[in-house]
Parts: sequence; structure tokens; C-alpha cells
Amino acid sequence: MAGETSFPEPQLAGARLVVSARTYADFTPQASFDIKNCDVHKLEEGPPLQAVLTREEGLQYYRTMQTIRRMELKADQLYKQKIIRGFCHLYDGQEACAVGIEAGIKRSDHLITAYRAHGYTYTRGGTVREIMAELTGRRGGIAKGKGGSMHMYTKHFYGGNGIVGAQVPLGAGVALACKYLGKNELCVCLYGDGAANQGQIFETYNMASLWKLPCIFICENNQYGMGTSVERAAASTDYYKRGDFIPGLRVDGMDVLCVREATKFAAEHCKSGKGPILMELLTYRYHGHSMSDPGVSYRTREEIQEVRSKSDPITLLKDRMLSNNMVSVEELKEIDVEVRKEIEDAAQFATTDPEPPLEELCNHIFYNEPPMKVRGISPWIKLKSVS
Amino acid sequence: MHNSLDPRQRTQSNMAYLRSILRSGKNAVPAVLRREFHRTLQAAMQVTVRDAIKEAMDEELERDERVFLLGEEVALFEGAYKVTRGLWKKYGDKRIIDTPIAEIGFTGIAVGAAMAGLRPVVEYMSFNFSMQSVDHIINSAAKTYYMSGGLQPVSIVFRGPNGAAPGVAAQHAQCFAAWYGHVPGLKVVSPWSAEDAKGLLKSAIRDDNPVVFLENEIMYGVPFEMSEESQSKDFLIPIGKAKIERKGNHVTLVSHSHVVSRCMDAAAVLAKDGIECEVINLRTIRPMDMEAIETSVLKTKHLITVEGGWPQFGVGGEILARIMEGPGFGYLNAPAVRVTGVDIPMPYAKLLEENTLPQIKDIVFSVKKMLNV
Repeated sequence: MAGETSFPEPQLAGARLVVSARTYADFTPQASFDIKNCDVHKLEEGPPLQAVLTREEGLQYYRTMQTIRRMELKADQLYKQKIIRGFCHLYDGQEACAVGIEAGIKRSDHLITAYRAHGYTYTRGGTVREIMAELTGRRGGIAKGKGGSMHMYTKHFYGGNGIVGAQVPLGAGVALACKYLGKNELCVCLYGDGAANQGQIFETYNMASLWKLPCIFICENNQYGMGTSVERAAASTDYYKRGDFIPGLRVDGMDVLCVREATKFAAEHCKSGKGPILMELLTYRYHGHSMSDPGVSYRTREEIQEVRSKSDPITLLKDRMLSNNMVSVEELKEIDVEVRKEIEDAAQFATTDPEPPLEELCNHIFYNEPPMKVRGISPWIKLKSVS
Repeated sequence: MHNSLDPRQRTQSNMAYLRSILRSGKNAVPAVLRREFHRTLQAAMQVTVRDAIKEAMDEELERDERVFLLGEEVALFEGAYKVTRGLWKKYGDKRIIDTPIAEIGFTGIAVGAAMAGLRPVVEYMSFNFSMQSVDHIINSAAKTYYMSGGLQPVSIVFRGPNGAAPGVAAQHAQCFAAWYGHVPGLKVVSPWSAEDAKGLLKSAIRDDNPVVFLENEIMYGVPFEMSEESQSKDFLIPIGKAKIERKGNHVTLVSHSHVVSRCMDAAAVLAKDGIECEVINLRTIRPMDMEAIETSVLKTKHLITVEGGWPQFGVGGEILARIMEGPGFGYLNAPAVRVTGVDIPMPYAKLLEENTLPQIKDIVFSVKKMLNV
């Protein structure tokens, strides 16, 4: 079936055996944490107020979030060195969203997001190597260097979309396919606070609700649509209510456990045939909108610093695990070292791998098509294109 | 079917058939006799373009579970132009979906469904409404296979009436062949006859890539003879191949969609003056069959493109540019010329509308001017 055979099998992000100096017997295997209450809209009740975290899960979430963090910071470096070009929208600060959502759905579920997509490409099975090589436009990139930052795909992950809001009806279409084919799968459709004012999103809310499509609409509200704060863009900033007839919940997006529990709750709602549901994740991005935006002309450095010191998602998880004796400081440091090494290796690959061969310039115009000629820059140049 | 046509309908059908025979230059009388004979044998058949389109969809819906239709009024209303009549009754809600009036939304949903492995056929009540959806057709569908380095194909068909229709005025009469023909990653098809419509739509639905299928309201009701071969459920016309509708030695007329009818009529008029036109029905706008055009120009040494769309940056402009850049230029005895719609929004009044689109007299005039007769 088209689209089913081309993707490589995805990797499970962050799952690695950590050999520690201390034995398992010394650590708490699991603990229960209080999580913030979610505001609800057209729902009788929200997700549970407590979440159970196992040591294993905690280590996996920590490693994954740390990998995303370090990967984005490395991308920042490479961009400043002009090795990454064009658009680069970084995700640092929002890690709990990608990791929490992935923890709340199945690998066989589907997900689509906008252009701030590196974190999701990773949680949906891409490797750091192929993500970074795509950013640097090399042949080892996840899209062979043809797509760049905003156009990365894996199995059941539909990108990476450059046009604000377009990914929402696309995601509802994926959900329609899930329902049509009778698979018990859902689609997570992500969009930002900026996109939330797009007309096509409201058209999608209507059809998804009418046809009871199994989709979870998730608004990642990081308070700013490029340089425009939410109060200056939206007549109503209660994004979780904007689906009107669609039930919604507002979630603390800096707490990976909160995000996970809310996602599980939403997935349950979808899969029970009740139709779509909307989640607003309150989160924050440390970088500007993109690498061309220093991010301080429309917000204060103090604000950024405050979020970093009080609500950083990785620190939140780390503190929880340490204070409950679920992990040691050394163990986390060990993970940090491993992550750093993985990122360094990937960056090394991404800067040394050659660019895509010029002979492949015109490939992949059509799928399942006999080879064809493509007009080159002047009429004497005929280029070859294969599927 | 045809045996159940009432006498008036049968006469109309006969006249239309006669006209189509005259156009194709065959000897009329034996053809009519043959046709009566054929009717009893049920070999060749008279089918309207509308019914041919429906047959194509019906057969493909039956053949592949993943194919489904969506658009405004396609189900219960049986299609704004009755193209999908009977399909909802046969296939039900799951496969024939009425959408709200939300072009950009339902186009996006269709493209997403295609990404996830289904094979949607999206109907636009008019391609003029597709302008709302053009972002999804181009940015979400056409470019995706390339941007993903070959990971994500999009198998989808966008179809509906395109171009002029009588009396519909400016906002409902634009031809989008040039707009969509501009985009790499799209295939753009513009059928003329019933056979074109059926064979090309089946190919489009079976194609694993985004195809824009430009029908025309004027052609919906026109009956054509459909050969026995074309009645088979596996009858396909390859996308990207033009058809010579009428052979001739003096001038090549290249056209697409409803304007092909005008060219055939003009050719019949010119034949009385001893001028034999070769009429090429493009069938596909992208990829365009330049080989067929060049082969014809080699023979006739004269080229006129005829289209209903606007002149600037149009289909004719592309053909002429390629002729200039290719072997065809060397064969021309006169500069190639475009006959197009007038460069204005489509007016409403009948007299004005008639003078905005190429008519038989305009084509005859252009041919005679080019041949200096």
C-alpha cells in the first residue's frame, strides 16, 4: 500500500540499558506523584490527579528530553556556523510535550505537527544522526537532504509541515483513514497558539466532530506566535475551549507526567468512538521563533530566565526522581555524558556526510513511475528523474 | 439505456452522433447504418461524458476498497451536475461523503487520508472553488513526495468542472489548466470525449500521485461513441499521451477540453475549402505530449494552439515556447500562433460571452490568416 512500505522501522527513543554503580535494590522502583489539575471544557471529569512513574520510565523520559534538548542546542551552534541554513525552529523548553504525548499513545498511532518538528521526529522514531544530517542537507538525512528542517517524516509521522495550520486538516484526514480502515488507531494533530486562529482549523473541528474522527487536536501554547503574544492575536486565549462543541482540557505542558496522563485520557476518549478531543498544552520555548529571531524584542530576558529556573521540564523530572530516590546524581550525569556523545557523533556525521549527489536532483517527483526526463535550467539540458 | 430512450431523445442522440461522425471525417451514411446494426449487437455505444466519468468512478470504487469520493453534494444530491448519480445509493456513506462547504478543510482532510494510504477522489463543484484549497493541492500534495526524499507518496485525484460554462460569469468561468500545469509533482489531465474521460479518470485514480482532472460542464451532456474496447472495466488511457482526432496535412491545431469540439467543427468548415487540419486533442496538460505535436508540425509546417483560457502564461504559451526550443521550430513555415480566450474576466451577456471564447469563425480566420488564403 502506498506509504506503508517506504519507511524504515522506527527506533524506540531513549530506551537504553543504564549500568549503574548502585544496584536496582537501592532505588525506588516506582512512585506516585501529584500532578496539576486540568481545566476542562464540556467534560464531566479530567485526567487523574496522580501519576505513577516507574524508574525505567523516568530514565527513558529523562534521556529522551535531554537528547532533544542537546540536539536543539547543537542545531543552534551549527546554524550560527552557517552549516544549517534557511529555517530552523527550535524546540528547547517544550520537550515535555513531545515526550509526554509519545508516552500516552502507541507507536502504531499517528502524529502530525507543524515546523517546530525536530523533537517529534525523534520521538516518532527518527535517529539524531539522520535528523541532524537533514538539517545540514546531506545525503544521510532522513529525507535524503531534500526536505530540510521542516520536512522530516517517519512511519506514522507525517512531518514537519511548513504552512501554518495546514497540518490540522491533514491530521484529521489521517484519522479518517484510521476509522475507514477499521484500525483502532488515532491521530494526534498538533498546532501552535498562532495557528489556532487559522480558518481551516475550524473547518476541521467541524468535520472531525461531524464524522467522529479519532483525532486528538493539541494546541502547544508557548505564549507567542512568532513575535505576537497570545493576548495580541486571539480574542479568546482559552485555546482548549476554541473547539466549541469539541470537549477540551488545558494541561501543564512543562510536566511530562501531566502531559502523559492527559494524552492517555484523550486517547481513551477518541478510541471509545466519542470523536475528537482538544488539548491545550501550556508550554514555553527558550529560543526565539526561529534562528533568525533573538526572541527578546517581544518578551523580556527576565521572563525567559524565570521559566528556565522555575519550570524547566527536565529539571522538574530530575528533581522528582532524585527526591524520591529513584535515581542517583551520578546515574543522571552518566546519561548526560552519553547523550552529549551521541549528539557529538551525530553532528560529526552531519557535517562530514556529503551532500546529495547532483544526479539525484530530479528524483522523487512521482511515486511508482517509469523514469522520465525533466527540463533543466536551459533547453539543452535534460535531466533524469526516477521514482 | 439507449433502447429505452424516448423518440425525441433518440433523434437528438442520432443527430449528435451524426455530428460526431462528420467531425471525424468518416463517411456518414454507412456509419449510420452500421450504428443501427451495432445497437442491436451492443458493440459500440453512445455515452455522454457525464456518464463516462461516473462509470469510471463506479468501476474504480468497485475495484479498490481504498477509493472513496468526497465533495459538496456528491452523495444525496447526486452531484451538483449529477455526475455522481447513483453512486451513494450503491456504495453508501462510508465511501461517498458529502462535505460541508469547507474547501480548504476537506481538501486537507483528503490529502491527509491519502498520506495514510487511502485513495480519495475530491470533487470541486467548480475548479474556481479549488482556489481556496490550492495550498493543499500544491504544498501538501504535489511537493510532498519530493520533500520527503521519496518517503511519503500522495495518491489522490482532484476533479470537477473547469473553465467556461454558459452564463456563469466571471467568478465561475476561469480555466485553471495553466495554473496547475505549472507545478512539478502534479499531473494535470483535461479530457474531451467520453472515452477520454473514462480512460483517463481510471488512470488518474489508479495513479499513485496527485492528479488534477479538469472536466468541463459544456461537455457533460455531449454523447460520444464508445468503442467496445472502451467499455471494458480495465480500459485505461495513459496519462501524458495526446490523440490525433482528425488527420490533416496543412495545419496543426492543438487543443484541449471543450475547445476540441470547436476545432473539429472548424476543420469541417475548412475542409470545404480544401484545407485539411490535423486536430490534436492534448488529453493531458502535464506531462504534455510534445512528441505528438512535433511529429504533426513536421508534416504540416503550421501550428495554431487553441484554448479557452487566458492568453498570458497559458497552455498555448508553453507549447509555443517548447516548439521554439525544440526541433519543431525548424519545420515551421510561419510563426506559430495562439488562439485563446480574450484577456478579460468572463462577462455575462450572451453576446459578450460568445465574443470572449474562440468560436468556429475565429479558428477558421486564424488558419486562413496563417496560410495566407
